Amino acid sequence: MELTNVIAVDGVSKVYRRFSRRRKFATLKSALLSGSLISDLRPHETFSALQDVSLTVEKGRMVGVIGSNGSGKSTLLKLVAGITKPTLGTVRVDGRISALIELGAGFHPEISGRENIFINGIMLGLSKHEVTRKFDEIVEFAELEDFIDAPVKTYSSGMYMRLGFAVAIHVDPDVLLIDEVLAVGDQSFTHKCLDKFAEFRRRGKTVLLVTHSLDLVERLCDEAVWLGDGRIRATGDPTRVVDAYLVDVEKAAERQIASADTKTREQVATAGPPNDDHPPDMFQATEGRWGSREVEIVEVSMVGDDDQPSHVFPCGARMSIRVRVRATKPVADFVFGIGLFNAEGVCCYGTNTALEKLTSERMDGEGEVVFTIDSLDLVAGTYKLDVAVHKRDGYPYDYHRLLHTFRVKSRTNDIGIFRPRHRWKFPDNIRFTGYLD
Amino acid sequence: MLHNLVRLLRHRSLIQILVARELKARYRGSVLGFFWSFINPLLLLLIYWFVFSVVLPGIRPIDIEPYALFMFCGLLPWTWFSSSVLEASNVLIAGGNLIKKVLFPAEVLPVVTVLANMVHFLLGLPIIAVALVYFAVPVRPLELLWLPVVVLVQLFFTLGLALIVSSLTVHFRDLKDILGNLMTFWFFATPIIYPMSLAPPSGKVLLDLNPFTHLVISYQEILFYDGPFGHWKWLLALGGVSIVLFLLGYFLFDRLRDSFAEEV
Repeated sequence: MELTNVIAVDGVSKVYRRFSRRRKFATLKSALLSGSLISDLRPHETFSALQDVSLTVEKGRMVGVIGSNGSGKSTLLKLVAGITKPTLGTVRVDGRISALIELGAGFHPEISGRENIFINGIMLGLSKHEVTRKFDEIVEFAELEDFIDAPVKTYSSGMYMRLGFAVAIHVDPDVLLIDEVLAVGDQSFTHKCLDKFAEFRRRGKTVLLVTHSLDLVERLCDEAVWLGDGRIRATGDPTRVVDAYLVDVEKAAERQIASADTKTREQVATAGPPNDDHPPDMFQATEGRWGSREVEIVEVSMVGDDDQPSHVFPCGARMSIRVRVRATKPVADFVFGIGLFNAEGVCCYGTNTALEKLTSERMDGEGEVVFTIDSLDLVAGTYKLDVAVHKRDGYPYDYHRLLHTFRVKSRTNDIGIFRPRHRWKFPDNIRFTGYLD
Repeated sequence: MLHNLVRLLRHRSLIQILVARELKARYRGSVLGFFWSFINPLLLLLIYWFVFSVVLPGIRPIDIEPYALFMFCGLLPWTWFSSSVLEASNVLIAGGNLIKKVLFPAEVLPVVTVLANMVHFLLGLPIIAVALVYFAVPVRPLELLWLPVVVLVQLFFTLGLALIVSSLTVHFRDLKDILGNLMTFWFFATPIIYPMSLAPPSGKVLLDLNPFTHLVISYQEILFYDGPFGHWKWLLALGGVSIVLFLLGYFLFDRLRDSFAEEV
């Protein structure tokens, strides 16, 4: 295969104007009156969507662009498509481009699918003759043989999209730019699109794919680009880039959970003096803290294998809940309890020292209680913790209700709550790819 | 800019198909369909005729007969012009999806607006032809050769203004509302429903400054008045102005082009 760069993005920055408050209300009249017509056309504030991005894509490669929302993925795609121009730097693309940024963007609702195919095809750069030649193929791909003469406004959104995709893909581009269009189709349509992408690759076409589906990037792409805050954070092998991105996503989640948790606890702390009011319904899943504080829970932290406090744990990993407690005076009647709740408020597990036949003898001063879960066999999701110290009869010393959050991450999208350790076994005549016994 | 202007010519087939779409879509679903292209100007004419023959007969100049035909000669090109400019003010914003999501030559949109309205204008011409025959208005066939020239001048004049208006509205949305009123004023400041001869000398000077005056007078002299087409010098001068306006409009549009995808 000929190794040439089909897409060359060199030192590109894109600065969007963000007009000041005053500018928003300015009108032509006021601009003329104040004589600021020209200066008002200049931006007052700017926002960098992309900063110094350089990227080359070789012919025939399929490159996935990943990154969180607002990281500049779509801006990059629009720049490569030529829809917007870079503020700094250059973008060069060789060959015919087709950009699947929005399917059916040029459709007119009042006229038939047939006419829209022609208009859309010509808009995307085909000649009338070319559209005529590919017309049947387009209709067949879109599976719209029976509806092609009905006005597009009568189409379901799925039909609309299929038609848009069919036209765009039959432009037969050298470079195909795709922005998250697969997220909207049904299963069979998505498969059809993926097949088409595979065909593109076989024919040595270049594909730039913006997506949130990391799975797709790992499975299909030769290369991945991770954009974060308008800069390229990593490029190269998809698996490596996706992993690096996931680590970063985790860190962000970690920070977010930590700050949300702190906020909830602060709110509870300022809600009033220590009290022993039970909430009206013990099973109602609202955050709160109550108790006499003769024994106080000073701090709760969750640590993983590395002994570092964390809020995100891989499924099946070890997690320890460290509870710092302080008894203002010696007590003999006490029970430590832990409860795990999922995001829907369902209690996943609950236990306490009394249930586990531990009889309290004496506690004095400050210390750390550690509750270790050797294998966190929960499906991916966000969970909340109940941590409590109370008397055997239920009289609360300090009850933390749903005040501590952690997240279980997993690359498997299995469902339910509990993820038992499991394995499959198949006889020789049932085979899977990727199955390792 | 010149490079882009040449590119515009290469988008002929796109423009052609979009004009056809515009015309088809406009009357899709209505019972009379395409006949509205004829009915609309006729109804407009009927209203003006009613106002000046029945409601306010005194205002109407006596020496102009048939008055309805006189008005129609000005009304028809005016409708083309004002609809084009008013629609152009919204065309980029309405077509935002195309500009933001598809690599699409934006200038095609105002051009299509002007051309679609021109088709409506051309469809109105047979009505005038029928009226000319009906009222037995003497027409000099040689003068009719000037008609395409007038249409061409008006086309460039309208295109220029449409390009300016469409690109500026992206930045100043108020232009749309200002234009609505401005066009009403412009209509009455043009000798369409009254003849130029009725204007006082001071008014004539002002009317002469209005470019559309010369288009309307050209139409009237060619189609309505008996006598040689004496306004051709004005028309050719306006032709020059129109081409300059068109180039200016295109230049402005081209300069603001990159901001469209971000602003619409």
